[in-house]
Amino acid sequence: MTIASSSPPSRLPVGSVEGARTKPRTKRAGAGENRGDGRLAAVFIAPALLGFVVFLLWPTLRGIYLSFTRYNLLTPAEWVGLDNYTRMVQDPIFWDSLTVTVEYVIINIGVQTVSALAIAVLLQRLTQSALLRGIVLTPYLMSNVVAGIVWLWILDTQLGIGNEIIAAVGADRIPFLADETWAIPTIALINVWRHVGYTALLLFAGLQAIPGDMYEAARVDGASEWRMFWRITMPLLRPVLAVVLIMTVIGSFQVFDTVAVTTGGGPANATNVLQFYIYGAAFGRFQFGYASAMSVALLVVLSAITVIQYRLTRAGQSDLG
Amino acid sequence: MRIRTVAALTGALALSLVSGCAQGAGTGASANTVTYWLWDANQLPAYQACAKGFEKQNPGLKVKLTQLGWDDYWTKLTAGFIAGTQPDVFTDHIQKFGQFADLKVLEPLDDLGIKDADYQPGLAANWMGQDGHRYGAPKDWDTVALFYNRKMANDAGLTAGQLNDLAWNPKDGGTFEKAIAHLTIDNKGRRGDEPGFDKNNVKVYGLATNGGGDGDGQTQWSTFTASAGWSYTDKKRWGTDYQYDSDTFQSVIKWYFGLAKKGYLAPFTDYNSQSNQANTQVAAGKAAAAFDGAWMVSSYDGFKGLDIATAVTPVGPTGKRATMMNGLADSVTKNAHNKQGAKKWVTYLASNECQKTVGSYGIVFPATPDGTKAAVAAYKKKGIDVSAFTEPVADKKNFTTFSYPITNYAADVYALMHPAMQDVYGNGKPVSSLDETNDQINLILDQ
Repeated sequence: MTIASSSPPSRLPVGSVEGARTKPRTKRAGAGENRGDGRLAAVFIAPALLGFVVFLLWPTLRGIYLSFTRYNLLTPAEWVGLDNYTRMVQDPIFWDSLTVTVEYVIINIGVQTVSALAIAVLLQRLTQSALLRGIVLTPYLMSNVVAGIVWLWILDTQLGIGNEIIAAVGADRIPFLADETWAIPTIALINVWRHVGYTALLLFAGLQAIPGDMYEAARVDGASEWRMFWRITMPLLRPVLAVVLIMTVIGSFQVFDTVAVTTGGGPANATNVLQFYIYGAAFGRFQFGYASAMSVALLVVLSAITVIQYRLTRAGQSDLG
Repeated sequence: MRIRTVAALTGALALSLVSGCAQGAGTGASANTVTYWLWDANQLPAYQACAKGFEKQNPGLKVKLTQLGWDDYWTKLTAGFIAGTQPDVFTDHIQKFGQFADLKVLEPLDDLGIKDADYQPGLAANWMGQDGHRYGAPKDWDTVALFYNRKMANDAGLTAGQLNDLAWNPKDGGTFEKAIAHLTIDNKGRRGDEPGFDKNNVKVYGLATNGGGDGDGQTQWSTFTASAGWSYTDKKRWGTDYQYDSDTFQSVIKWYFGLAKKGYLAPFTDYNSQSNQANTQVAAGKAAAAFDGAWMVSSYDGFKGLDIATAVTPVGPTGKRATMMNGLADSVTKNAHNKQGAKKWVTYLASNECQKTVGSYGIVFPATPDGTKAAVAAYKKKGIDVSAFTEPVADKKNFTTFSYPITNYAADVYALMHPAMQDVYGNGKPVSSLDETNDQINLILDQ
């Protein structure tokens, strides 16, 4: 949905920024003319607003409050000031898990974005087959936990069919999920496998908004596919790509389920990603105050990354026009 | 008008959602129902039989049993404590006892009249909290022994008599290490103790791996550390000082994980708590033997086409054999919806009557001596010899049994020891690194 609204209708002579600015103005004027509609609007917004306040705003505020307390959920929270934050800064496992998470995000997003872009472009330039689009999306229909378990079995060092094949061709078995160096890349690629189709379809939708006559004109001028990709596709896809990146990076930082079912944070904390560490502190050790402090840190990191990404990629503006 | 209708509908929907939640909170609890949770699916029929006996004796009271897998069990129980949807009675594990005591979610059971002498030694005493109150009624017990593939042992020329008469030491591993080495075969058919053995291409490991063992090493290293004279903490129960920094402990760990470097013990990378535990390695023919608990007897017995036997744990430097004896208990939750009924049900669960019934199913050793006898007879009927598990409890001269460490902050100990032992086993980190982990643990316990 975000994608559709951020890529403007192709036939607009002016840039999307102005187009976007004019639209709400007319809407606001309409709302002013009829007060009854305003009340009706309020009624329609109420459930969503209620949901937002109850499930997002209130938990966030309470989480921030709890990060300043010692709290085990069953006895009243006790105010401890900045203790949890001091502990966090001095906790080597926290920094280690942040590093591991960043490592995961870089591999996951890097590989996923490049592959998704390649798939999207191929889907657009080579075929219009809905069947192919469906196939590309298939892994995404599977739950993360199921995908994780299936890959866990395939990649098991001793019994997995993947390693049986590796052994059959005479190579050494690879402890994909049980070795320090392999574990994070393996989990990152399992999630690429699951998400790449979905990401590709989002980008494909963005590509559909690029007018076909641009490619025709370029071809008449004798441009190669490669040149068209860099000169037409990439610049015009940028706003969509930027939004997709922001969304996938946020999702990637929150990786949890695949880790939980494949490695449980091991071997020796090698895949102890931040969300997993937070979960363990809260639901394993009942340190909800400390877990809240780490969650707040994750919120700050994600907000900062999103703002930087948004600025760098000029996600709100289009070059089409 | 239309707006009002919408508002009314929204309100009605919201109300129905809220009341729906409230209904869910009850989870079927009422004055004449007792809710009971357990994790072992194999034991469900036995406890259903007990529930029938209980309901006959207590007309008007009903027991509602729920079985959940081990991982889900604890997550759901925790969530239940928080949300108030906990069961009235649940199967409790000593590993979690300290934490539940800290969180004050258990109901004291002093008035049930549980006597130490009615149960196998040590089982009742383990469930006394630091405050002097009882929080669990003894339910069952298990020990650890060596499961082995009889055909592989025969092929190696090892008899049952020899495998039951092994000794080990941390210097050269003794006859135990020799036997494990001899059971190991590389991909060219050479045994672990033969010249030219290729430790990097092993077809069958002498000993299966059950991972690093966290802080307890129940089915990994605990039989060795205990028969070397080491204990987890300074006191038998509720100790305040862990001893992972002891030279004895570290020398045993170094030797034990060293077996993997020699190619006799499956490497850490072969272990996965989800897909490849020790029993799977034995079932798949990738390992000849495995240390495992009595709760696994039926599983090993069920491996198709494999003849699995058991042997007692080896004699250690102390001159004794050692095995962890762990006992489960039934606990009542502090906020139980039906506390009176819950206490009645726990009293019945701890009675000889119920324990004999459970024993007759031959799936677990109940805590009372008569219950244990019934179980041994039932196993015998199925053609399973369980003496490797029962002997350690009966023969105090040659065996030492010891319990899981019972201390505060068990979850923190786990969180620190779990990766630390993986580091030693999987990444070859020196055992002396456990000094630092031990300091961290004791610092937490000193709080």
